[in-house]
Amino acid sequence: MNTVHTPVNPFSLSSFDVERIRADFPILQLAFNGKPLVYLDNAASSQMPQPVIDRLVRYQTSEHANINRAVYTLSEIATSEYEAARRKLQRFINAPEEREVIFTSGTTDAINLVMHGYGRKFIKTGDEIILTTLEHHSNIVPWQMLAEETGAKIRVVPINDAGELLIDEYENLFNERTKLVGVMHVSNALGTINPIKQMIAFAHSHGVPVLVDGAQAVPHLQVDVQDLDCDFYAFSGHKLCGPTGIGVLYGKAALLEKMQPFKGGGDMILSVTFEKTTYNTIPHKFEAGTPPIAAAIGLGAAVDYLLAIGMDAIAAHELELLNYATEQMTRMQGVRIIGTAKNKASVISFSVDGVHPHDVGTLLNQEGVALRTGHHCAQPVMLRFKVPATSRASFAFYNTLTEVDALIAGIRNVQKVFT
Amino acid sequence: MANYKALYQEVILDHNKKPRNYGTLAHASHHAVGHNPLCGDHISVALNFDRDCIDDIAFQGESCAICKASASMMTVAIKGKSRADAEILIQEFLAMTTGKLDLESPNHIGRLAVFAGVCDLPTRVKCAILPWHTLQAAFNSVATTSIRS
Repeated sequence: MNTVHTPVNPFSLSSFDVERIRADFPILQLAFNGKPLVYLDNAASSQMPQPVIDRLVRYQTSEHANINRAVYTLSEIATSEYEAARRKLQRFINAPEEREVIFTSGTTDAINLVMHGYGRKFIKTGDEIILTTLEHHSNIVPWQMLAEETGAKIRVVPINDAGELLIDEYENLFNERTKLVGVMHVSNALGTINPIKQMIAFAHSHGVPVLVDGAQAVPHLQVDVQDLDCDFYAFSGHKLCGPTGIGVLYGKAALLEKMQPFKGGGDMILSVTFEKTTYNTIPHKFEAGTPPIAAAIGLGAAVDYLLAIGMDAIAAHELELLNYATEQMTRMQGVRIIGTAKNKASVISFSVDGVHPHDVGTLLNQEGVALRTGHHCAQPVMLRFKVPATSRASFAFYNTLTEVDALIAGIRNVQKVFT
Repeated sequence: MANYKALYQEVILDHNKKPRNYGTLAHASHHAVGHNPLCGDHISVALNFDRDCIDDIAFQGESCAICKASASMMTVAIKGKSRADAEILIQEFLAMTTGKLDLESPNHIGRLAVFAGVCDLPTRVKCAILPWHTLQAAFNSVATTSIRS
């Protein structure tokens, strides 16, 4: 492992230098089963570059104390770095105000926050929530829990055979009882990029707010919450080269202000007596207890790292990987790509004829190729395509065309073993 | 490393391709369905006793090669055995696939030893033991079972 580290210099990246970027990721230098690691499970979790690791170490070795409380210097440093991370995330998604950026433990936590804070206050018996077939379980189950509790109804937007939302059907679902739309920006199972800007505009024309699950979008696309005009946008740090246990909920201030708190505890209050508690202002109202300070600061560093490379450069390289892999796999007999939307992020779900995805996964692992097999926490999608599970390769900006070749060779080996 | 190779060897691939005793029994005395919630795989096992002897056994379901071959070879191994002997084999198979069976000491594993390598693949152990777990449930007249329980 390198002890001396030269971080990526944004000005040297006029052409995308993937080998230089890979050198920043210690884990990508490892080998498994005697083969170099080909890490293609980035939609599940991405790897962490040295500058982010270094930032975590620096925080723990010289900046750590609890935040928002004490008057000593160390606590002031920790508080100021935590809030600086919030501003980095604010800029990353172009949120109008920093108080609209709430640190959560991840996307699931962020969606649950909206369910408890907004849903339980404003959604009543007979009201309707629109979700889509593509949703991850994390944007289904909280709303089912709410529906069970309140008697609200869930309506589901169907998809076509390519894995694209049927927008006409979406628009037909609206009525005077529609209270919220929950939609993922990019499908984790299929890679489909949904036309959320158009969907948000339509929902707003009916006065309905929209929650976007952006977990799979922020690592691949430049996200601008003002341009999208979404009401809530949720994402996770660990899919963004940051640590686990940290995520973000962006919410429009006017909505966040009128929501009830999700978790009660320290920091989310202004004053507490046994007669009456006054809640803190946003975002603190939604950040009860000591937050994951180190993780938030690490996520701030991760965002700096990605922006230094440039989200446009990342998207362009990933598109090259996606197109190359799609072209190769389309030509393979007995391999079927599931999810062929026109507008896709760098995710390929596929099945190999006559071979169960778990056997594909085990045999690819033998070749050093790490990918995900299973239902991808999107069982309604699997049901729609009548498969119990798929194999899924998901590419990040640090993957290479050579790694796509390793995947293709691995799939050929699977087919050979099973002939 | 050698274990992957050992796992996907001829005998397992053959049972996956041409599973023995695949199907259902018209009048099963014992029957159970087993689920692997990790992957959504499921198999059903049906059997008939003639006095104390397992006269007939069949399985079917949706599963990976490891699970299907395990089920197929299980039916071959169990057919004609007494319930007591079958239960000993279930225990030995579970012990082997979790690395707790000494294959050098006397046992009844026989050809099922091809599954020994699965103990080094923690994520795949459940695939191999699902049929056996389901067979035990059928013996105990538990209609549905899940590998996590």
